[in-house]
Order: sequence, then structure tokens, then C-alpha cells
Amino acid sequence: MTTMEAIGPRPKRILDPTRIMIYSVLIVAALYYLLPLYVMIMTSLKGMPEIRLGNIFSPPVEVTFEPWIKAWDTACTGLYCEGLKVGFWNSVQILIPSVIISIAIASVNGYALSFWRFRGAEVFFTILIFGSFIPYQVMLYPLVIITRELGIFGSLAGVIFIHTIFGMPILTLLFRNYFASLPQELFKAARVDGAGFWGVFLKIMVPMSPPIFVVAIILQVTGIWNDFLFGVIFAGTKNFPMTVQLNNIVNTTQGVKEYNVNMAATILTGGVPLLIYFLSGKYFVRGIAAGAVKG
Amino acid sequence: MDRIRTALAATTILAGSVAASATELEVTHWWTSGGEAAAVKVFADAFNESGNTWVDGAIAGGGNARPIIISRISGGDPMGATQLNTGRDAEDLVKAGLMTDLTELAEKEGWADIIRPAKLLDACRYDGKIYCVPVNIHSFQWMWLNRGVFEDNGMAVPTNWSEFAEAAPKLREAGVIPLAVGGEPWQINGMAGVFTVALGGVDLYRKVNADKSAEAAASPEMTQVFEAIAAARDMVDDGYVGRAWNDAANMVITGKAGAQIMGDWAQGEFGVAGQTAGKEYDCLPGLGVHPVLDTGGDAFYFPKPADDNPDTVKAQLDLASLLVSKAVQVDFNLKKGSLPIRGDIDLSAANDCMKKGLAILENPDNILPSGEQTWSSDTQGQFEDLWVEFFNDPGMTPQEAQERYVEIVENAD
Amino acid sequence: MANQDRPNPYFRNLNAKVAATPMILTTMIVFVGCSLWTVIYSFSASRALPVNEFVGFAQYERLFNTSRWNKSVENIAFYGIFSLVFSLVVGFVLAAFMDQKIRFENTFRTIYLYPFALSFIVTGVVWQWILNPTLGLQEAVRSLGWESFTFDLIADRDTVIYALLIAGIWQGTGFVMALMLAGLRAVDDEIWKAARVDGIPKWKTYIFVVIPMMRGVFITTLVIIASGIVRLYDLVVAMTAGGPGIASEVPAKYVYDFMFARANVGQALAASTVMLTTVLIILIPWIYLEYGKKKKG
Repeated sequence: MTTMEAIGPRPKRILDPTRIMIYSVLIVAALYYLLPLYVMIMTSLKGMPEIRLGNIFSPPVEVTFEPWIKAWDTACTGLYCEGLKVGFWNSVQILIPSVIISIAIASVNGYALSFWRFRGAEVFFTILIFGSFIPYQVMLYPLVIITRELGIFGSLAGVIFIHTIFGMPILTLLFRNYFASLPQELFKAARVDGAGFWGVFLKIMVPMSPPIFVVAIILQVTGIWNDFLFGVIFAGTKNFPMTVQLNNIVNTTQGVKEYNVNMAATILTGGVPLLIYFLSGKYFVRGIAAGAVKG
Repeated sequence: MDRIRTALAATTILAGSVAASATELEVTHWWTSGGEAAAVKVFADAFNESGNTWVDGAIAGGGNARPIIISRISGGDPMGATQLNTGRDAEDLVKAGLMTDLTELAEKEGWADIIRPAKLLDACRYDGKIYCVPVNIHSFQWMWLNRGVFEDNGMAVPTNWSEFAEAAPKLREAGVIPLAVGGEPWQINGMAGVFTVALGGVDLYRKVNADKSAEAAASPEMTQVFEAIAAARDMVDDGYVGRAWNDAANMVITGKAGAQIMGDWAQGEFGVAGQTAGKEYDCLPGLGVHPVLDTGGDAFYFPKPADDNPDTVKAQLDLASLLVSKAVQVDFNLKKGSLPIRGDIDLSAANDCMKKGLAILENPDNILPSGEQTWSSDTQGQFEDLWVEFFNDPGMTPQEAQERYVEIVENAD
Repeated sequence: MANQDRPNPYFRNLNAKVAATPMILTTMIVFVGCSLWTVIYSFSASRALPVNEFVGFAQYERLFNTSRWNKSVENIAFYGIFSLVFSLVVGFVLAAFMDQKIRFENTFRTIYLYPFALSFIVTGVVWQWILNPTLGLQEAVRSLGWESFTFDLIADRDTVIYALLIAGIWQGTGFVMALMLAGLRAVDDEIWKAARVDGIPKWKTYIFVVIPMMRGVFITTLVIIASGIVRLYDLVVAMTAGGPGIASEVPAKYVYDFMFARANVGQALAASTVMLTTVLIILIPWIYLEYGKKKKG
């Protein structure tokens, strides 16, 4: 462990033992992560008779894309046989405002909690953290009543409200602890320059924090996109998210289970978060803190 | 046949013409698989023809749908109508006065005379009033056998449980898993119930499951049941954890396993695989010992609309009336693979196993009280936990299990 | 810190207070409200719906006499400890390796993260297949000729919890890795340069310099993993349905089953209250450490 080449320019020697070790670990880990995906893709390309044979690792003898088309376009979810596509725009409509509002509120919370502590702030924060441990199911009845009293039960606003609430504990924690790790000197310097509460936040904190915003986006996009329970209860029938269709395709108690369609539907539903993960890459960068000090 | 259909169609139209104003009714249910969806469509089409509009609220999986249905009704945003299991599922909602009273309609149409067996309607009764509409009958007491597995290994196809139990070790030797089971608790619980009636006898079953007799639960007959279940532990493979019921059925279809104990919905799987009863597979009601059936199934409830809107109530009654009507019952049950709730209709299109079932239902003595109607969901859950634990833990003796069983029966509410 | 003492306490930090209003309202109305509701109705005889019929500790008595609940508690303690340790270690090691300016970082990161994006209803089924001795890895290896190969964690009552761990870590560590990576990237390059100049080996820099600097990220991760453990439900339902027997039951599943399927809200809330109390007991020392120190300092 004497080589320090990792910091600095990209190494030229590829056969360095440390790097071989690093790559081997990453690749072995990747295989463990990919194994289920392999099974899913293979299964999704098989016809049902082949799946009944039960060889989950074998590639399809006869490749068929029928399950994918069916999952997207024609799978029945109750009375309507229009596949997953029906709920896609509903999901987008729920996703975008929920992600933006929940992250906006939580990042301001985190900022206030790390740089502008007021009396009692810690008490609220602690309760908030405690809140992240309450099983969701227990809170259903009270929340139905609260949203009904607010007049937003069964609407887009209702489900956005719920996502904002449930995202708040973890997101606030995320931002608070991240901001707290930033150099205090920055904050003080900005205050000396006359920046106020919002000024410091928008001009200093936000530009310094892309990685944590990306993590927050990953967390919220995944959680909200895959949410089923809140969407179906609080969003109202007109706004049913895509997961309602996914659940209806995948989850049947006494009917025939079409595993190939289920797998295709699951991968298709995961598409949006996956795209976000991939695109988020360039924001996972180092050295922003240093750059901000200099600039 | 054609004539009957025309006549039936005429009654539907007649019923439909009464409804003048179009009202939208949101209907929640958990029927989402292909066959189930086709069956729901029968309801929806009939309702739409009657001049109303069916707004479909399908949410797959009873476990998913129930919380949503209950929280919406109790939260004050009720749907127009909803599926729930026959039994005590909705008792508290009825008690809280959240359901539309159907008594008047039921009396007018004489449901008490046409719905068979009568206890189906009893399950909808609370304080003498009717709050739900049973739509079909499903029963668990079936055993499905792969004929080929036995024939290929030079054995006669068993016609009852004891023959099967004898054949089991030979199947093992031949490399076949004797009994396919799934790992979900409801499957093992259901199987245990089938053992109780098939091996303990109808009397025992009735004493325990209708009269809640702790004495019967402690009887030596019941001990036999526990012993038989303990013996069945050796007939299964070790890969059943979390296995879905249809994968277990599939093991029987492909000949990996000899038999499965599962409700009548399993024959849909055999049908999809292109198999015919009596040729590739056999069905034994009541394990071939006591050919009796319970009459579980589904029912529709109609939550009171938030503002007591008379149009909505009227649409609810229209739908309730349609659900029990002859034409709808025939079409629906053929698609669903279940038995109809009335005996006065023609089901010549039914397959052999369904016909066996219909014949059994002809005699009221063959009809078991179903646990759902006697026990609260809470008590049923305790039975479920017990059976599942007992079946999976070889260290738990039949005596220990029976002691706990008696305790649950004694404390049942 | 920004806590300088100034005269009028109500207007101090007014902006911060206004900005934190949504948080304060959520905390008081939703979280405090729901917790109180949970505790109060845990003493009631509520069935399908909450009712005001109070029965003292009857629900708790029943709870602690139920073998399924006791097994659930045992399971979650075991799963919790292992999953916490593994997630943190695996997540950090992957993040540290990803931070070595490797090629295809985007691809690796997406591979580790993808399980997080897919619905567990289906990926749970896939894990169940893979771990199933008659269908999955065991069968595949045996068919290659290694007849005695045994990999049947999921089938055995004593080992099924490891099967849950394998799938749970698969699903959760990707996000832990992303969090850690974000934390690592916030560590100033200057630190690394200084460590290199001083000739401190890299692993030492990680353990003695970088990890202490990442304290905040570690706490965040810890809370996220821990709240996931307490709420563990989907994984169990999709993979084992609590089986074999009751060997893989967990508390959240107990709560959910009683809340809805078994229509016994009182029992569900009693279980939930016990869960919340346990969390509180674990949180108190942490709160003390986090805030007690600062007041003195």
C-alpha cells in the first residue's frame, strides 16, 4: 500500500497489482449485483412453456420480445388491457413536483439546522429522525384524516404533500449532516460580505453541494417512482401511478402468473430511476469545495 | 341453449331499462389476472348496458387492496362498490354504519330463495339486514394429481388420501416429490383445513368450525389429523419456502410432483397448460375421503356514499341486482372458473371438475361451514400461524400443536 | 456556530424559523400526532377500525405471549446487526474503490445502484428462485457435476435469515455506496495532498483522517439503514412470506398483518408501540452524545 497514484492524473500502468485488486473486487461485486438481473432478462425473453421447465439460468431457446410488448402495451390490469403505459404520465406528474418540493424544503431545513440553529431546533430535528422509524402502515389512518381536513385527499396535491412529509426526516438529516461538514470559514466569509439567510444558501451552499443533491434526487426519485401505497390511497383514481399497473400485472393471488411479463414490467418500471442514476454521473465530482474557496 | 341465452339477455335489458340516469360508480376489486379480468368485464359490461358507468379500480392482491379499501371507506372517501371476501371481513365497517343496506332489494328479488347454499347470504347478514352480495363460490377441498407420474411408475392412480400416502414412499424412490406445497401461510393453512375435514370427518369439522367446540378440538380424532399433517412433512421437498401456489401446481403439471392440495382455482393452471381432467390429471374433492366442499368466495359491498347521494345509492342497487342475475352469474362464473351462487341456471359449458363440484353442492349435507364465516380474521390468523409453524418445525409434536389449537378455539371471539 | 447570544430571542434567526416552519408543523402534527395516536389506541380493543374501548395492557400481554412476535423480535435483532455491519463495510469499501479514479465509474455505479430502482415484489421472487435448492444455484452447480454441492439457506429454519441478508444487502448497499461516495468527494483534495506529503499510507489516511471527517455522512447512513431495518417488510413478503414456518417473520410484517388482513388494529398498534419504544431507547444515547456534548462545550 505504498502507491499513491489514485490522486492525480489517470494512471498509465494498467497491470499495477493494487489496481488489479481494485478492479477484481469491483467486478466480483458487480457479478453478485448482476446475477438477478441476468435471471430477470433471460426469463423475460422466454415463453411461458419454457419458463415452466424451471431452468432459471439457461438462456432462452427461442427469444421472444412478446412479454416486453405485452407488459408495456397490452397487459391487463383489471378491466383495462393497456399495459404499463397508462400510468406513466401520472407517475411523472407525481414525481416531478414531489421531488422538487421535498428536496427544496428539506435542504432549507438542513441548512437552517446546521448554520442558523434556533432554540428548540434540535428537539424538532430529533423527533423528525424518530419519525423515520414509524412504520408507514401505522400512519395511514391519521394521514387520511389530516389530508381530508386539508381538503387535498384524493388529489395530486395530496400525494405530493404525503411524499414531502415522508421524505423530510431522511432528507433533512442528509442535508444537515452534509452542510455541517462544509468549512465554517465559507459561511463566515459570506456573512462578512453581507449575505443573508437566503443569500448564503443560494450563492454558497447550493453550488457547493451537487453530490448530496444527486444523492437526495436518487433517493427521492426511486422512492416516489416506486411508491405504490401512497399513490393509490392519496392520489385519487385519476392519478393512479404506474406502480398500480405494475402491481396489478405482477401481483395475482389466484390467477396465472406470467413471470416473463412480470420481469419485463419490473425492468420497464425501473427505467426512469435507472436513467437518473446513469445521468447523475457527472455530478458525482470531487473538488467543488476547493473550487468554491478559490473562486 | 340459445333460447335460454336470449331469454336471459331479455331479462338483462329489462332490468337495464329501469335505470334511467347514468351514474358513475367506482368499483374496487383485486381481480387482475387474465381470466379474472375477463370475469370482471362481464360485470362491467352488464352495468354499463344498464345505463350506468363502471369506473374500474383494480388493485391486485387482497393484501394490497384491503388496506386501501378500508382506509378509504373509513377515511370518508368511499368507492361506489367493492369486492371483499365473504365472511367477517367487513363486519366492523357494517357495524360502524358505513355500508348501504340492501335488505329491501334482497326481499324484492327473493335472494333468500335463489341463493344457494343459504349460508352464503347469511354471511352478508348483520342484525337481520343484508349488506353484501355473494357472487361466486370457491372451495379449497381439492387434491390435484398427475396421472402420468403414477402410471409411469407402475402404480394405480390414488383415489383417496390413504392410497396416496401409501404411494408416497414409492414416488420418492422414483425421484418424484410426492406432495407439492407452496410456502405462503394461507396455502399451508388451507391444506391443514382440508386434512381436518378429510381425515377427521365432517362431524368433527362441523363441531370445531361451526360450534367452536374446544372439546372436539381436543378429541383423539383431531389428534389423528395433527399426526397426518406431521407425516405429510416428509412428502414435500425442501424448496418450498415462499413458493407461490401456481409454481406448486406447475410441479404437478410437469410431473416433478405427484399431487397438490389446493382450491378449485388451480384447475385454471392445468387448463392453461392444455391438460384435461381425467386424462392428464385427476381432481379429488375432499381428498377422495369425504367429498365435501366449503363455500368460500367473494362478495361485493356497497359503502354508503359520502353525501348520501340518492343517485349513487340507486346505482349501487342496480349493480347489486345485476350481480345476482342469471345471465351475469353464468358468464361470470364460466370465466372465473368458480361455481355460481344460484342453482337454477344452466352450466353445461362447465368442465368435469366443475361439474363434480356442482353435483356435490346439490346436497346441503356436503356443504361445510367455511372458516371465514365462523372465525374472525384475527382467530383465523392465529390458526394460520399455528399450522405453518407446526408443518415446518419437526421439533413440534402433534400434542404440543393440539394444545395450542385448543387454546385458540377456547379464546376465539 | 451561529449561536451568538443576542437580546431578543423571538426575532433572532427569524428567517431560519420561517424557513423551518414546514418542518416544525410536520414534526408536531404528523410525527408527534401519529405517535400519540399509536400509543393511545394500543390500549384499546380496536378491531378493523379504531374504537374508544380501552382494555389496559391486554394487547401487550397477548403480544408477548405470541411465539410469532417473539421470533420476529429475535429475527430483526439478528438481521439488524448483520445488515448494519455489512451494509456499512461493503458500501464504504465499494465507494472507496470507486473513488480511485477508475474507468467506467458510471457503469459500475449504475450496476451497484440498479437493485435499488427495481420493485422488490419481483426481485424478491428472483432471489427466491436463485436461493431455492431445487431451482437455483444449488441445482445449477449440481447439474454441472458437483453432486454434493449444497446451498439451501432459504429452506432451513435456522439459516433462512442469511438468505434474507443476501438479498437485503444486494438491494440496499448500492445506495449506501452512493452516499459514501458523495461523502468522500466532499473531502478536500488538500487533505489527500497533505497526507501524501507526510507519507501516511492510504489506508491509514482513510481510517484516521477521512472517516472521522465523514462522521455526518456515516450518521446519515446509519439512520437510513436502521430505519430500513425497522421497517423491513417487502423483502420478507416477496422472498419467504415469513417461512419456513415462522422462521423469517419480522415485526413490521406482524404490524401490517394485524392492521389489515387480521383486522386487529389494537394488536398492531401495541406491536408498533413496542417497536417505537425500542427505537427511542436506542436513540436516547445518541441524542445525548450529539447534543449533550455541545451544550457543555
